[in-house]
Amino acid sequence: MSEKTEVATRERVTGRPRLLLSKSTVGFIYCPGCHHPLVARAVAEVLEELKVDDKAIGVFDIGCNSFLVGLLDIDGVLTPHGRPPDMATAVKRIYPDNVVFTMQGDGGLLSIGADPLMGALSRAEKITLIMLNNAVYGTTGGQMAPTSLAGQITTTTPEGRDVSKTGFPIHAAEMIATFKGTAYSARGAVNNPYNYERTREYLKTAFQKQMSNVGLSFVEVICDCPSNWHLSPADSLKWIEEKMIPEFPLGEFKNVDKIE
Amino acid sequence: MSERMFIEGNVAIAWGATMAGCQAFFGYPITPQNEITEWFAREFPRMGRVFVQTQSELGSINMLYGAAATGVRAMTSSSSPGWSLMQETVSDLINAELPCVIVDVQRGGPGGGPIRHAQQDYFQCTRGGGHGDYRNIVLTPASSQECCDLTQLAFYLADKYRNPVIVMSDAIVGRLRETVEVAAIDFGPVPAKDWAVAGKARHRDGKRRVVDHCGDLFARYSSYQALLQSLDKRIKLMQESEVRYEDYKTEDAKIVLVAYGYTARVGKEAVNAARAEGIKAGLIRLITAWPFPYEVIGQKARQGSKFLVVEDSLGQLFEDVRVAVPSSADVGLVSILDRHMPSDGGMILPDKVLAKIKEMQ
Repeated sequence: MSEKTEVATRERVTGRPRLLLSKSTVGFIYCPGCHHPLVARAVAEVLEELKVDDKAIGVFDIGCNSFLVGLLDIDGVLTPHGRPPDMATAVKRIYPDNVVFTMQGDGGLLSIGADPLMGALSRAEKITLIMLNNAVYGTTGGQMAPTSLAGQITTTTPEGRDVSKTGFPIHAAEMIATFKGTAYSARGAVNNPYNYERTREYLKTAFQKQMSNVGLSFVEVICDCPSNWHLSPADSLKWIEEKMIPEFPLGEFKNVDKIE
Repeated sequence: MSERMFIEGNVAIAWGATMAGCQAFFGYPITPQNEITEWFAREFPRMGRVFVQTQSELGSINMLYGAAATGVRAMTSSSSPGWSLMQETVSDLINAELPCVIVDVQRGGPGGGPIRHAQQDYFQCTRGGGHGDYRNIVLTPASSQECCDLTQLAFYLADKYRNPVIVMSDAIVGRLRETVEVAAIDFGPVPAKDWAVAGKARHRDGKRRVVDHCGDLFARYSSYQALLQSLDKRIKLMQESEVRYEDYKTEDAKIVLVAYGYTARVGKEAVNAARAEGIKAGLIRLITAWPFPYEVIGQKARQGSKFLVVEDSLGQLFEDVRVAVPSSADVGLVSILDRHMPSDGGMILPDKVLAKIKEMQ
């Protein structure tokens, strides 16, 4: 099922979330088959369900995720590359009653943004971090990312990712779960309706942890990138099932109601 | 409230920020400005204001960006290497039009340099160390009192122009303890911040706000050209309206010293000593390093004055003075090479400056 059909089908069943704008306020259109708008939709649904849409502030990184600000009808902050956890920290400290979340790609959070991520984790900031993992740098044309799979062909690993020289993919959800100040860490996907629903629940739980002031919450979402994977949208879904999910298993890695 | 205190310049900066209604401070340890961060760590939580010890100066400047995006008055402070690390986001703050205050208590460079005093960040502060076309107002205190007062002015100017303002201090001004009258200064009204993010519930019109650092891409400006035009207008307006300097005995001066910060105090002593010997010397002490008082210096040059720049670097302010005057004008320099000791504790002292005044006469 293409993204367009999937979204259309879903709208017939559940209606369109009020927060999800029908026309982006940003002059940018996602590639056919891209999963980013689906993540925006899931976030919109959850914020509405939790009735915090007018308290939500999204902090968006550089990358394809930044254009999600054009789809979500909430207050937003766009930041230099890799820095959303810093901005979110400040916004949340100033407005502790608001729901503050970040949207980043895997490169933004785990590579250039490792410093703000480590800072937010070590301070146990009461914010929600969302990472869209598509195993490449999408906006810049498909270079190797910290999550690229062993052997994966990218524009900077033309012979396939050689782990002896470039290391191994980072498992963000598992890593973040090891921090004491983390209240919640999960990994979902949106490649089929079942996974979409599960991811929606993960996002909901993550926001609830923030609203109950438990600790930092994190959701990684496996996304495709047909343009840079050089696959059709349909083959991209297959690649997620066959390659991505075996490397990055879905599920919750930490879920606590109290940190002592 | 008004209170007399015997405090260091660094602490006076913290008091100035507090008087100006600063609500959030972000800082990472670095010498010689730790007194600022430690003061906020101690006092701000008691006041119910935000303090975060950041993971790096990158964290400091980016949290400052986040705080400024909410419209509150916010500040960070650092010293030279930390200030270097912040430059990317300073450029973003300009594009995003976010008012905020950044303090640079200068130490020596380049690189690791000494952790003691120097004045080598003049170019970086006045010309912008980040990418793209921009200018920041740079205020240069020379006393504890000015640390307090100019920090307050910095917040006002930041709000007025929606532009970051730099307070460029140095390790000597920062660690010098003097009596300060700590009082809130009313500079007048500033524009409302109806652009700030706060969650839609807090906006009277119920419409969302987006703070972005890309200008045209997110439709804040109709085109890249429109963004640049607005920036150009802002720079010119600041240039026309915000030049500040202290004119010390220059009216009949045959030789005019130009300096800021601690070396301006040294320069003033040298001027007094020269006057005592009947030499007509004067001093232009920068209060804003940008915008620079090109006009007044140019005017003195046309009246036939010679110039002597006193700065604790190899000559950065020196270049601005050269730009201000005709190429035929005589411009001397007392620089970091003229310190009284070769170690990093060496300082530029008045006797060196006086000797140079006599030499140039």
